[in-house]
Amino acid sequence: MLLKTLSELNGTSGDETTVRNLLSAEIKPYVEKIVIDKLGNLIAFKNQKFSGPKVLITAHMDEVALMIMAITNEGFLKFKPVGGIDPRILVSKTVRIGADLTGVIGAKAIHLQKLPERQKACTYDQLYIDIGAQSKEEAAGKVKVGDYAYFVTACEPFGEGLYKGKAFDDRIGCAILVELLKQEYDFPLVAAFTVQEEVGLRGAKVAAYQIEPDFAIVVEGTIAADVMERAEEEWVTELGKGPACSIVDRTTLYSPKLIQYVAELARRKNIPLQLRRGSSGGNDAGRIHITKTGIPTVSLSVPCRYIHSYVSVINEKDFKACGDLVLALMRNLPPITNYPAKTREDY
Amino acid sequence: MINAQMQSAKEFLRLLSRESGISGNEAPVAALVRAEFQLLSDEVYTDTFGNIYALKKGSKNSSRIMLAAHMDEIGLIVHKIDERGFLRFISIAGIDPKILLSQEVIVHGRRQIPGIIGSIPPHLLAEGDSDKAVKMEDMAVDVGLSAEMVHKVIQVGDVISLQRDSCELLNNIVAGKSFDDRAGVVALKICLEELSHLHHSHDVIAVATTQEEVGIRGAQTSAYSLVPDMAIVVEVAHGCTPDTKGQVNLELGKGPSVALGPNVHPAIYQHISETALLQRLPMQIEPLPGASGTDAWAIQVSQAGIPTGLVSIPLRYMHTSVETLNMQDVLNCGKLLAYAIASLPDDLEGLLCY
Repeated sequence: MLLKTLSELNGTSGDETTVRNLLSAEIKPYVEKIVIDKLGNLIAFKNQKFSGPKVLITAHMDEVALMIMAITNEGFLKFKPVGGIDPRILVSKTVRIGADLTGVIGAKAIHLQKLPERQKACTYDQLYIDIGAQSKEEAAGKVKVGDYAYFVTACEPFGEGLYKGKAFDDRIGCAILVELLKQEYDFPLVAAFTVQEEVGLRGAKVAAYQIEPDFAIVVEGTIAADVMERAEEEWVTELGKGPACSIVDRTTLYSPKLIQYVAELARRKNIPLQLRRGSSGGNDAGRIHITKTGIPTVSLSVPCRYIHSYVSVINEKDFKACGDLVLALMRNLPPITNYPAKTREDY
Repeated sequence: MINAQMQSAKEFLRLLSRESGISGNEAPVAALVRAEFQLLSDEVYTDTFGNIYALKKGSKNSSRIMLAAHMDEIGLIVHKIDERGFLRFISIAGIDPKILLSQEVIVHGRRQIPGIIGSIPPHLLAEGDSDKAVKMEDMAVDVGLSAEMVHKVIQVGDVISLQRDSCELLNNIVAGKSFDDRAGVVALKICLEELSHLHHSHDVIAVATTQEEVGIRGAQTSAYSLVPDMAIVVEVAHGCTPDTKGQVNLELGKGPSVALGPNVHPAIYQHISETALLQRLPMQIEPLPGASGTDAWAIQVSQAGIPTGLVSIPLRYMHTSVETLNMQDVLNCGKLLAYAIASLPDDLEGLLCY
């Protein structure tokens, strides 16, 4: 299963090579041309000679992870996050560094903590990785400052129709894009697998600039906080209710007309859809929609519980429906500048 | 031989570690311990409290030496099932809530059900939130099932164990859950192996005890029923890390620690440390001014009193799911026990009288 493979690959911002290599091999048979740009974005082209609106679909390849900042005199590794990770999820976990080095993030035993320590979270300053090295020299022979450490989480079926794994944000978008590239379209299509989303939407900025699309669809994994006794208004999205169409987040105010169009389309096609509540988060759309003179952009996301943590959860139905909805949207492009609406019903 | 023993010890620890056996619910891990002990002893039996005994007869069966290591682990128990099917929980024994976020678990309901202890996405955190430890009552296990299905397969009172495969770091250092005190059980295995090619006069009864983590209970009942002439407990002890300086002095890889203090019969400490010197086995000293918090504490005052010793394997990050130790310490611990037992005089009274 491609999603499992993608989820278990390691690739954080600035270290996307293994993910890029796999995706490049996966899509090769289905595209005319593949370009890897100066930042490392993987850009694939279909129907370059066709007339009609140029459509861009994007998903980012990078995931959140840790970067080794220093090696202590005793041979332990100090680290900082690449992207947003709550340090509280890191305690009592295993990590992988490079191909075959395993480390653990422990914590002072509860027996040795004084009461005030027990109530405080461990901060990045306190945490370190133990690789079993017995000296600074031994550790330095195995790890370099600047290396990355990744979560070790198997992607597996979970509960009723769910999957658990790491890096669904946004390998799930990557998996959807690969499937979409296997279909045929009657307009020029560009797929961008972007880098460095987690550290500031940086790959998407240069990708959109080069591609200059007429319409862009960002395919993402997004927050689902439909857990425990959280109030419904805090959920952002909910598992099992279909892909989420973004309305507003910290980086983008989405076009009401496009949101309306997507909602109507989903209704007509009987594809479940939810509107993404709240204004937290942000994604590549934030850079794409303000590229050059502005690009009409839609974000469709698979809801993802415990996003940016050691283990996240998605619903297989949402995953499939998200792909279906992006496909339907490409079969029925909305009216966009210079390209009035055409009805492209029912392929 | 040495490598084969190391490999089989690692493999046994890996098996014991990943298996569940929360205090009072030791059956899954107990089955593994029984199977292994059966290969190494003359007789294996279980008592009504779940303690497992492996008897290895001595040449003269003059006295009886009890060895003890506990096989139970810390865990969680379902406290409430909320209306959306999330499981609220409380702990069995001393679990630090800080280790629980984003942790995979197994819920032991009508079947084994994988679960995840959730976390809050950083996008939704308020300023300053991430400085505070999350309390256990603000966490829940997500099993990915509808509330209706959850009620069919899980009920309040079901236990929840942490899910973690152990892993190997550098220098024979391994990490995983429940090494406290399954590493001690592995040391018992090594000791029984070594005793099979050493001459020993006394009967040795290796006991894998239950319910240590909730108050040293299996040790009480097993010591009472055995009434050994002498007992040695194998435990884990805090190993030094950057954040425990000044609190902890034991180091990984420098051999097991031999305790001394009120919980330990001075002659047993003396005999073990002399054995280490004689056999050129590394050891560290662990001074314990009072309660050891181990099975040794209960065994020492069982019946009319039992001369007791305590040997421990240094271990980092105790009571997390990444407890870390050096396998060489486990091997050396088992060997030290075996040589100490084999070199005991036939008349223990002479050794143990004050």
